[in-house]
Amino acid sequence: MDRVNRIPILKLGHLLLVSIQVDMHDRMALALQEDLAERIAETGARGVLIDISGLEFIDSFIGRMLSDIAGIARVLDADTVVVGMRPVVAITLVDLGLTLPGVRTALTVERGMAMLPAPTVDEDPGDEEAETAGP
Amino acid sequence: MAPDAVERIAIESDADVVTARQRARALAVTLDMPSTDQTLLATAISEIARNITTYAKRGEVCIELVRDANGRRGVKVVARDHGPGIADLERALTDGYTTGGGLGLGLPGARRLVDEFDIQTAPGEGTTVTLVKWTRG
Repeated sequence: MDRVNRIPILKLGHLLLVSIQVDMHDRMALALQEDLAERIAETGARGVLIDISGLEFIDSFIGRMLSDIAGIARVLDADTVVVGMRPVVAITLVDLGLTLPGVRTALTVERGMAMLPAPTVDEDPGDEEAETAGP
Repeated sequence: MAPDAVERIAIESDADVVTARQRARALAVTLDMPSTDQTLLATAISEIARNITTYAKRGEVCIELVRDANGRRGVKVVARDHGPGIADLERALTDGYTTGGGLGLGLPGARRLVDEFDIQTAPGEGTTVTLVKWTRG
């Protein structure tokens, strides 16, 4: 069994940030989907920002993975915004017939962050995730 | 179409799918193909190479630089497997039809991304998909 390279997931206040910088093979995409679901549950993050400015190709598999991530995040009470899609990737997606159902997109990280929920008063904007253990 | 160069990539895993699309892109770059066309071609290859791993387990992708009678250059890709073949080709070329649990956009999507598309298949006989992307005149 070869090891799957994992895409890092960063916690930024009440948001999770993922920046995909490599051409992912399928197992890597699936690992990201699982890791992200776990991190959302673990951190109680309200928003997920996925930066795909480094992605040169999105085929139907990767496209479906992005839709699935948005769907999984949604049922875990988090919103997802995909940012930084390259123009050629957008052209390819439309030609392919991929509509990325359920995925919200923004051109830049700033605009994407503005689309996600703001931190609420009772949420600790810092990174001390383990401050309260359990309910 | 006389080939100028041929590259053969064995397709056995999802990592090989990535290799195939990246090699195709690298060859398209040598033709000064516009970056949009490079991406369309590479994505089409990704779709047909993934069909090999999904349905036939293994096969190969051959990428050739070709030129037509008028000297126009292009990239030709032949994806070949000895898998189960496709029983209902017409449906397999329809958006949204799948027997493999995907989105059903692989073949019809790949066809829209390239200039020429041909598929030879029969149940039990495997599948050969040929596609060509030409440089713009």
